[in-house]
Amino acid sequence: MSKFEFPPSIPSRPVWGTLEARSGKSHLMIADAEGAEAILDVATPEMMANTHIIFISNGTDYADKLRTLNPAQFYEGPSYPASVQRIQRVLSAAHMGLQVYLAGTESLMGQAMNEAVNAGIPHTAIQTEHRGSTARRMQCVHCKGMTENVEMDPFVCSHCGLNLFVRDHYSRRHAAYQGVCIDAEDPGNVPEPKGIYE
Amino acid sequence: MTIQFNDETFRDDYTFRNSDWAIKRFPFPFHEDSYMYSVNMEQHKGGPAGSVYEKRFDVDEHYVSEMRDRAKVLDEDPLRCQSLPHMTLAGWDLLELIMESKSEDYPDLFELHRDGNKWRWINKPLGIDDTFTFLDESTLPYGPMEYITRQAQGDYAVLDQRDDMLWMDAGMITTQADWSLDFDIGMNFFEWHAPVPLAHEKGIFIRALKFLLNVQQGAPARRLNWTMTVNPLLDTSPEHYHKWGIQKTELTAENIGQKQHLRVELQTFFRLPRSNALVFPIRCYLCSFQDLMTMPKWGRRLHRVIRDLPVELATYKGFIDNRPLMIDYLSQFDDGLPTSPGIWPDRETEPPLQK
Ligand code: HEM
Repeated sequence: MSKFEFPPSIPSRPVWGTLEARSGKSHLMIADAEGAEAILDVATPEMMANTHIIFISNGTDYADKLRTLNPAQFYEGPSYPASVQRIQRVLSAAHMGLQVYLAGTESLMGQAMNEAVNAGIPHTAIQTEHRGSTARRMQCVHCKGMTENVEMDPFVCSHCGLNLFVRDHYSRRHAAYQGVCIDAEDPGNVPEPKGIYE
Repeated sequence: MTIQFNDETFRDDYTFRNSDWAIKRFPFPFHEDSYMYSVNMEQHKGGPAGSVYEKRFDVDEHYVSEMRDRAKVLDEDPLRCQSLPHMTLAGWDLLELIMESKSEDYPDLFELHRDGNKWRWINKPLGIDDTFTFLDESTLPYGPMEYITRQAQGDYAVLDQRDDMLWMDAGMITTQADWSLDFDIGMNFFEWHAPVPLAHEKGIFIRALKFLLNVQQGAPARRLNWTMTVNPLLDTSPEHYHKWGIQKTELTAENIGQKQHLRVELQTFFRLPRSNALVFPIRCYLCSFQDLMTMPKWGRRLHRVIRDLPVELATYKGFIDNRPLMIDYLSQFDDGLPTSPGIWPDRETEPPLQK
């Protein structure tokens, strides 16, 4: 599947890379949906013998393909929030030389990146690759609530109901872009939503 | 001089006023008749007597009311003051810097008595007399940064310096020009400046960062920044933008002189001794258009600057829709005469308005 080219943006917006197989005593791969394809592209049998894959399918059918790679450990989580404690547990036991691979949506990579960094994994040992949906995880600057899977701009905050426009300003700590009220100066005047990258 | 502290508000009924003294010392930010972003930094070692540059941390007639406004903001939203765990030592450094500066620069208002680590701090305008142990958090009612910045006008960003970079890892931000500490905390210099137009392309942030990384203890620096605010609202936060944004649409030809304020930030940079952090006080001064127009030079110049400002800057600063109204009003105070260089009003030498 072809990869989406994100348009050039401002310096706070994250830039994602391309996974490459690295040598390391152990490997942790965290992916959602089409992120599985990035794993399938780099997996080798030697690597898989020391790999723990954590996968969230989001309704796709990649789980069986990943299983056939025969990773040392495989876990399919029903959602990211349901998997986060396992991710923390695995990271807390990480030894020097662990290689971390994150693949899939920006929301998954951003949140898992935070867990890895908080667990003390050096940036140089973390790789990313965007695959699949370009939807964003948005934080409402007004009520602070997160809205997942935002594809349209503007959108309605799923917590406070304000009409928000989608900024490119991104916070790694929140793993989210910022949403700001679009009709504050002209209440009710909300443009027709269109795709963020249209 | 002794300062008469105003009893005033920066919200709701907006009773904020500037005295003639405050207008005269207002930090007008334009040294010439046009404006563009630049690396406008200079040493912060005093300035003309009575000017906002004179003291390390300027105290003026708005002090007590501003601190009351800050306390209200924090009651409603404690996230306006945050400090990542590794920043506590920098908080103590900042407390020491402000206490030393204020007690030396305003001995009639503030006193600091030190006996080893036993410190007594007296803040007369706010009626505070506290004794605590320096570097022992349990002896203060708040963390050190929060404690002292509840008693100091202006916002404070405290930057950790590592890997040749500055990181916004702590701050007290309640009088901001529309940016969020809660969102930006943990970002580096380039990331938190990401939304600013044109300046990245001009290389301004690369040069500014290089300068800041080399700021030495005892050799602070400063610069001015500015924007526009309708009504003397201190807390123009993005958090509350859905509430205050509408006020921008209430401007008319009749009320603009009184409602439209030039908002100027005196930004200073101090290196902190123990933590090697950099503290960035952002002191906000507000002045209504009609008060600014009492200085003929400022009237002429503000008209020219606003008229000729690039669209990108007027948009980013949030007044592109009101610019025509501003230009109409300001043009009445521009007779086309030349202006003297520099930011000072030059009251004695600049001719009165010839219209
Ligand atoms: C380390 C201390 C500094 C901090 C914490 C800081 C913080 C900020 C923040 C939070 C913004 C708002 C960005 C937004 O739209 O979200 C901003 C704007 C800006 N900063 Fe800084 N800044 C610092 C130093 C500097 C320096 C040294 C320069 C020198 C050129 C500079 C130039 C600017 C400019 C030009 C803007 C746009 C302001 C406007 O047009 O109103 N900053 N800064």
